[in-house]
Amino acid sequence: MNQHELNLQSSEPQKPLSMHPKKFAFWLFLVTVLMIFAALTSAYIVRRADGGWLEFQLPSIFWLNSVIIVISSVTMQLAYFAAKKDSLEKTKLYLLLTSVLGLAFLVGQFYAWGDLVEINVFFGGKGSNPSGSFLYVLTGMHGLHLISAVIFLWVVFAQSFKYKVHSKSMLVIECCTTYWHFLGGLWIYLFGFLLLNH
Amino acid sequence: MSVAESHLHDHHDDHEHDHHDLPWIKKYVFSEDHKVIAKQYLISGIIWAIIGGGLSLLFRLQLAYPDANFEWLKPILGGWIQNGKLDPEFYLALVTMHGTIMVFFVLTAGLSGTFSNFLIPLQIGARDMASGFLNMLSYWFFFVSGVIMLISLFIETGPAGGGWTVYPPLSALPQAISGSGLGMTLWLISMALFIVSTLLGGLNYITTVINLRTKGMSFLRMPLTIWAFFITAIIGLLSFPVLFSAALLLIFDRTFGTSFFLSDIYIAGQALSFEGGSPVLFQHLFWFLGHPEVYIVLLPALGITSEIVATNSRKPIFGYKAMIGSMLAIAFLSFIVWAHHMFISGMNPFLGSIFMFLTLIIAVPSAVKAFNYITTLWRGNIIFTPAMLFSIGLVSFFISGGLTGIVLGNSAADIQLHDTYFVVAHFHIVMGSASFFGMLAGVYHWFPKMFGRMMDDKLGYLHFWITFIGVYMVFFPMHYIGIAGFPRRYYSFTGFDFTQSFTDLSQIITIAAIVTFAAQFIFLFNFLFSIFKGRRATENPWRSNTLEWTTPVEPGHGNWPGAIPTVYRWAYDYSKPGAEDDFIPQNVPFSETKGSNFPHENEQMVAEAGITHGK
Ligand code: HEM
Ligand SMILES: [Cu+2]
Repeated sequence: MNQHELNLQSSEPQKPLSMHPKKFAFWLFLVTVLMIFAALTSAYIVRRADGGWLEFQLPSIFWLNSVIIVISSVTMQLAYFAAKKDSLEKTKLYLLLTSVLGLAFLVGQFYAWGDLVEINVFFGGKGSNPSGSFLYVLTGMHGLHLISAVIFLWVVFAQSFKYKVHSKSMLVIECCTTYWHFLGGLWIYLFGFLLLNH
Repeated sequence: MSVAESHLHDHHDDHEHDHHDLPWIKKYVFSEDHKVIAKQYLISGIIWAIIGGGLSLLFRLQLAYPDANFEWLKPILGGWIQNGKLDPEFYLALVTMHGTIMVFFVLTAGLSGTFSNFLIPLQIGARDMASGFLNMLSYWFFFVSGVIMLISLFIETGPAGGGWTVYPPLSALPQAISGSGLGMTLWLISMALFIVSTLLGGLNYITTVINLRTKGMSFLRMPLTIWAFFITAIIGLLSFPVLFSAALLLIFDRTFGTSFFLSDIYIAGQALSFEGGSPVLFQHLFWFLGHPEVYIVLLPALGITSEIVATNSRKPIFGYKAMIGSMLAIAFLSFIVWAHHMFISGMNPFLGSIFMFLTLIIAVPSAVKAFNYITTLWRGNIIFTPAMLFSIGLVSFFISGGLTGIVLGNSAADIQLHDTYFVVAHFHIVMGSASFFGMLAGVYHWFPKMFGRMMDDKLGYLHFWITFIGVYMVFFPMHYIGIAGFPRRYYSFTGFDFTQSFTDLSQIITIAAIVTFAAQFIFLFNFLFSIFKGRRATENPWRSNTLEWTTPVEPGHGNWPGAIPTVYRWAYDYSKPGAEDDFIPQNVPFSETKGSNFPHENEQMVAEAGITHGK
């Protein structure tokens, strides 16, 4: 039986959205992550409108981190393309590169926290202000997700050694790529948001 | 994985579904089969309902008989009874736990968890959920979350005591009441796990509905149950992460000394170091989940009711598309009305007017649904099964509770009514009782498919009438108490002169509550007895149209022993003129029902020929 032909014949669209279920579920997971940050940034705006808001300079290292994460998105995409073309060595190389860039970003974010402490912007305790606490929460939550993405990347990396990542088996690396771009985009959004609302 | 894939590719490799060799623990405990998981949710839900209901009796006793000696409760409550009196802080903890358990564990997990899991694959024609593993994970997250909540009931400082809405500053400061100590921490941990569980479940429901429908099951042929579960899952997916964020910020306030929700607080004359936070911010975040949550609780019940009302009226559901439309409208609106819970929080009154306007709009789709139920019943050949009675009961509650919602939605009226028993009456009727009735209706209706046996009708009728009358006896008088101004969550009715006169009303409520609670054991007995000793069911005892009734009496792993049926029509061809029978299941092609086809259906027959030919 030829399923494809069958679908054409029947006037009944069987699967309007024929995405792989796992991939689809993964996208839904991204929606939940997005909602967490939508909630946090909305809370930020609402709270800021109330006044009593400490203003301070954003750490300038954020700029460098942003560049790093954009580059890492490029290398991630290259890894994906390489896997699609079955050039497995290249895939591994780019995956490794991406995870190094990801770690560099995380280290950079950590330095940003150091910079904040230096100008007496604390997460909690005496003298802390929600404006600073929010910054820690936003970067911290993003960082946590990025850590999970790096682990995901390592999983893909490990799988690539077992010949499980190639043009016929793209699901995992595809999800990983999506996740990585998503988190990169999320950071750019957060950074832009902070620049605008500061 | 295997399920999804075999479904996508072909239906023939059924050897994959012979899981008879699975070890016991994978079959009944860590099962990935949606039907087993559904039963796990159901049993857990029932256990939680008994616990949650039992807690409510304790505080009802206190409200009705504030002067009584409760020494006899000491064996259960231990130190919370001092000199025959219930500890006032423990009273608050009881209220909090009752609310949390009922809203989240019973009516969210127990209801959606049971019926979305059980019915989605069966009614859309899938072998299982998109990911059995995530589904299993979802249940066990719920289980652990429940265990933690249960433990919190027994710790020395007592469980969380700030109300199910856990407003800071009360919930944020362990110094405030004993219920804001360890109990609150456990509450937050438990809820965080619960959110993960709900999200995993919802993810699965949505993915399954979109990707795994059988051939011919277009969106506009899906039973309304599926639409309801689907929309519920989407609402959950969008709103629960927001609660997660709120809980996270609350955790930081509690443990790391941040001031998201706290500002300028003195406790016992001591200034705390919190500065610049806003408790109203928490309310915004909480109700952004909280209001959608009430529909997360109600919509599945409404979906179940649609199905049962149509089947037992032997009539097509009235306004199928209007039902879908109104559910979508309700879902959309539910995200933009949250501040009606905050009219007197100090929010800008102009904003209040906007939220009032949006809130009142919800009455429109709600009324559409109510009318459609009534018009479906109208002149139908009604068969009063227990499930049908409970569904009609739901419609009754939906209307009477919805009306008081409109009263509360007026921000001016709400100044008087907010945080009184009027609100308690409103939401217990429209959310608590209506959803609970939906859940019971669902159990009575799908019991034959779940356990292969029938529940006893007579006990069902008895259960229904006591519960139905009992619910009104409990909650109707609360409206008066509320209008008179008695605030909710107060320890004692005798504390103030103006409330003294309500003590007898209060006693009636408590007695009715005890009777209603006791009546649930009729159900429990019926349920447990019928699992083992009930009359054997047939494949389709209610002569219903949806796909689950085409499976064997007790569907095995993979649901259909042979190929998955193809769907040719909507789910509501009841009493179609010209048809041989008064129902035509969804998998019957138009070519077999030439006598009853409408002209456009004859056209579809041609298309059908393609499908049948292809086979
Ligand atoms: C016509 C539709 C409805 C309107 C206009 C409406 C309006 C309101 C308003 C204004 C309040 C706040 C009262 C206050 O705290 O002062 C309220 C409370 C509540 N409503 Fe409704 N409602 C409607 C339907 C529903 C439905 C269908 C449900 C549930 C399925 C529901 C569940 C609740 C709950 C749980 C609360 C109280 C929560 C709490 O404070 O603990 N309502 N409603
Ligand atoms: Cu509401």
